[in-house]
Amino acid sequence: MAEWLVGKAAEIKDGDRKIVTAGRREIGVFHKDGAFYAYSNTCLHQGGPACEGMMINNVVDVIDRENLYQGQTYGDEVHFVCPWHGYEYDLKTGECIGDRKLKLRKYEIVTRGEDVYVVA
Amino acid sequence: MDMPRNDVRPVELEVFSTPKHLEHASEQARARNYQDFLIVDVDSHHYENEHYHEVFQYIESPVIKSEAMQGAGRRTGILNSQVGYQNTGGRVHRQKFRDKDREKARAGGKHTDITLTLDWMDAMGVDYTCLFPTPMLFLGLHPQVEVETAMCRAYNAWLCDKILANEPRIVSMLYLPFNDPEAAYRTVKDFGDRKGCVGFMVTSPRYKPVHDNAYMKTYRLLEEMGKPISFHAAYSWEDRALQMTNRFISVHALGFMWFNMIHMTNWVVNGLPVRFPKLKVMWIESGLTWASSLMQRLDHSFMMRTSDAPLLKEKPSHYMQQMYYSTQPMEIPDDRSVMQATFKMINAETQLVWSSDYPHWDFDLPSTIYDLPFLEEKAKRNILGANAARLFGLGLKPVKKIP
Repeated sequence: MAEWLVGKAAEIKDGDRKIVTAGRREIGVFHKDGAFYAYSNTCLHQGGPACEGMMINNVVDVIDRENLYQGQTYGDEVHFVCPWHGYEYDLKTGECIGDRKLKLRKYEIVTRGEDVYVVA
Repeated sequence: MDMPRNDVRPVELEVFSTPKHLEHASEQARARNYQDFLIVDVDSHHYENEHYHEVFQYIESPVIKSEAMQGAGRRTGILNSQVGYQNTGGRVHRQKFRDKDREKARAGGKHTDITLTLDWMDAMGVDYTCLFPTPMLFLGLHPQVEVETAMCRAYNAWLCDKILANEPRIVSMLYLPFNDPEAAYRTVKDFGDRKGCVGFMVTSPRYKPVHDNAYMKTYRLLEEMGKPISFHAAYSWEDRALQMTNRFISVHALGFMWFNMIHMTNWVVNGLPVRFPKLKVMWIESGLTWASSLMQRLDHSFMMRTSDAPLLKEKPSHYMQQMYYSTQPMEIPDDRSVMQATFKMINAETQLVWSSDYPHWDFDLPSTIYDLPFLEEKAKRNILGANAARLFGLGLKPVKKIP
């Protein structure tokens, strides 16, 4: 395992992300709501660039106390979306939303001084 | 501490190019040695509406041509459309950001659609592709039969002149104006020998039964010419049954099987495989599970109701196993043995032909076939290219340039 420099923490704005090529691996490093997350950039579906698509909150069907459908809204869970086919992943866990048994490989992030590294 | 560092790049959604978008596909192509064998894509698309100003010039009727030209770019026009948020609310973003790709393609010497198509073909490792339109897939639902016929002839002529005549790696099964049987016959007569025409395609969403006597001379002509007829699936959210669905996932999952299941049932029950034993028939973009399911369903009923299908000398599945099926959108169940059984039922090694459907939202890569653990190398290569090459009369030598 080695530590791969992502950049200075201050230069990776909240909501931004970087793709780090670490040897033969591509890793997506996200900075969101004050935390860093790092996942394999290879989608579990057909191998697309999983970390390079849209980021969007989860969609929720609103069901009231009588079990009646009352429309849709966005929830609090942040997803990132593979741009090839729309496979969605939970930003906090890397779980595939359609089947949470499937997870993108997660990498550790370490901060040394002002610099952010991904361990891979 | 001196840390090793390779490369760090930002993610900029709006900076889009097809080779970059498909970089991982090119990695797969190199890793699996696609350069060593032929890959033929039997179903891909372009956006012909981006060239309607050129296509409309080919409309033969001066009145329809004038109406089409006047309506171009306006709120309503002469062509029908279909509700459907196919890009999943922007999550599949290549449609949104492809304008820059188009600008770059315009700067080249070739037609933009040739450049754009070759870009993704090479990136995936595809040698030849069978190109189809996109919005025109719904033209069979147009209330004016003469408009479907006029647009079909214009589009076919434009495609032959601008694309097929100038790029040997792009072929097409040309649009058959099925709602007008006489026009369908004339289309085969007029376009059957054009360069790059490898067959004819019926857009499946429509309400004309395939066993109508009016079509028999067209089937006979296709059989004589050795050109396949294909049925390209799509949905209609205006279909009475499908109107009950409320999400695109539902109308797509059902709709892309629905019309092909009806056409296939009519095709077999009315003995068309017996009447035209050498006519090659292909079913496009319904996935695979519908076929194995329908085989079992029809076989079961046939044993009790042979009088409803007296032309059949064998069970319906016998005839269905001699037809061709495009792969995409290929269902890949967790239990691969289910998939293996489907492959066996449709005689996949000789009858299955790989398709990408690129650039549409649910496209498939060649690896969907190449990575299947239950297929031998020969079967993989048949499905990915050799079966289609035999059907379309293409050479077996790879011609792609994987970046």
